[in-house]
Amino acid sequence: MADRKIFSVSDLNGKVKALLEGDLTLQNVLVQGELSNYKVYPSGHHYFTMKDAEGALRCVMFKGSASKLVFKPEDGMKVVAGGRVSVFPRDGAYQLYVTALTLHGAGDLHVAFEQLKEKLYGEGLFDQSHKKPIPRYPQRIALITSGAGAAVRDMIRVLGTRYPLAKVIVMPVRVQGAEAPPEIVGALRYANRYQVADLIITGRGGGSIEDLWAFNDERVARAIHASEIPVISAVGHEPDVTIADFVADLRAATPSNAAELAVPHVDEFRESLDSDLSRMALAIRQRLKLYRHRLDQVGQKPVMASPIGYIIQKRRALDHVRERLGGVSGRLFSAKREEYVRLAASLDAMSPLKVLGRGYSVVKRGDGHVLRRAKDVEIGESISVVLREGTLHCTVEERG
Amino acid sequence: MPKTKKKETFESAISRLDEIVKILEQGEAPLDEALALFEEGTGLLGACGKQLDEAEQKVVRLMKGEDGDPVERPFDETE
Repeated sequence: MADRKIFSVSDLNGKVKALLEGDLTLQNVLVQGELSNYKVYPSGHHYFTMKDAEGALRCVMFKGSASKLVFKPEDGMKVVAGGRVSVFPRDGAYQLYVTALTLHGAGDLHVAFEQLKEKLYGEGLFDQSHKKPIPRYPQRIALITSGAGAAVRDMIRVLGTRYPLAKVIVMPVRVQGAEAPPEIVGALRYANRYQVADLIITGRGGGSIEDLWAFNDERVARAIHASEIPVISAVGHEPDVTIADFVADLRAATPSNAAELAVPHVDEFRESLDSDLSRMALAIRQRLKLYRHRLDQVGQKPVMASPIGYIIQKRRALDHVRERLGGVSGRLFSAKREEYVRLAASLDAMSPLKVLGRGYSVVKRGDGHVLRRAKDVEIGESISVVLREGTLHCTVEERG
Repeated sequence: MPKTKKKETFESAISRLDEIVKILEQGEAPLDEALALFEEGTGLLGACGKQLDEAEQKVVRLMKGEDGDPVERPFDETE
């Protein structure tokens, strides 16, 4: 063994590394497999294993490459990784240094879309209860979209035709590329902070799924959700559905459709104003008719129709009452008079003076008591005898 | 009417108009009040119609000023 070269571990690792890195095929290779043991480290680097039925391959994706991922890798996903093969000298292990990871089969963006949709749905960002009503007559409408192109032009045109009363505030932003999401988010926040509008429309014209991707960005979705000002999403064409559409207060199929949904049409107003006028006029006419009718009814009453006749008639009625009253009082008077005469006669008949006149007399005790029994008086007591004319004063000598 | 005419928004005019129509149709307001409402209503109708006829769309480009406050510029698509 002495004549053979002895490598240090590091030297050998270095030699293998150099060998692998010298192979151009291995320096730009695509590998297909299934993700397993996927880990994201706090450093931002991703470590995972790619497997197939027979074997496994250690992989690392550094932070810079990982930040370009549009979907969130999960164990079990079928992927194609692109990168270079080299050795990690510390472990003496060869591995794939991944610079790009894409989904095999279903498109990355499709999966990313579904993942984000599920996540935000789970957080309640799509809840109907959170949707704000769109103002019926917005006065200021902010358009957060590209400052040039068909989308902004269409929206301004439709808003101007339908409802020129609303002021249109264009907040130009990039709508595709890496800068688009932060610009859209910034405009949404700015609009809210300065209350520049009472309605926001954000979106863009049609394009590929990549072109529309800014509206599937989580930051944009959260900014739309956080907006105090109601937001209408207006992305692409009818079949294009983005995360922004789910989280917005109202989804429009296209930018022009958003403008239609945002405002009423002035013609509808003119009609409604006309109808208001006729309703008010009708209400007032009916009211006046009602009063007229009541007035007529009052006018037909005798007192209004012929006041003199009314007075004469009442006067006659008064006379009649008076006559009847006179008859009643006359009859009442004579009946009472007769009764008086009768009572006076019987009173006269009962007068004690009348009895005395016939020879009877009244005997009274000293205290004035009229005597009816002999025992009511004592022997020797003085009594008086009242005659028709004069009185006798006597003394009782004996009682019988 | 004590209301400031010029500052009144189209929206508030429309909702006041709705209210007036409703009151008049209920027919419970005293006649003199109803007539006053009718007069106010026709006034609002005229003002709203005029606003619709004269409305000219305003389009501005909103820029962030030096102090961060919004600054409006005329909107020109070629910018």
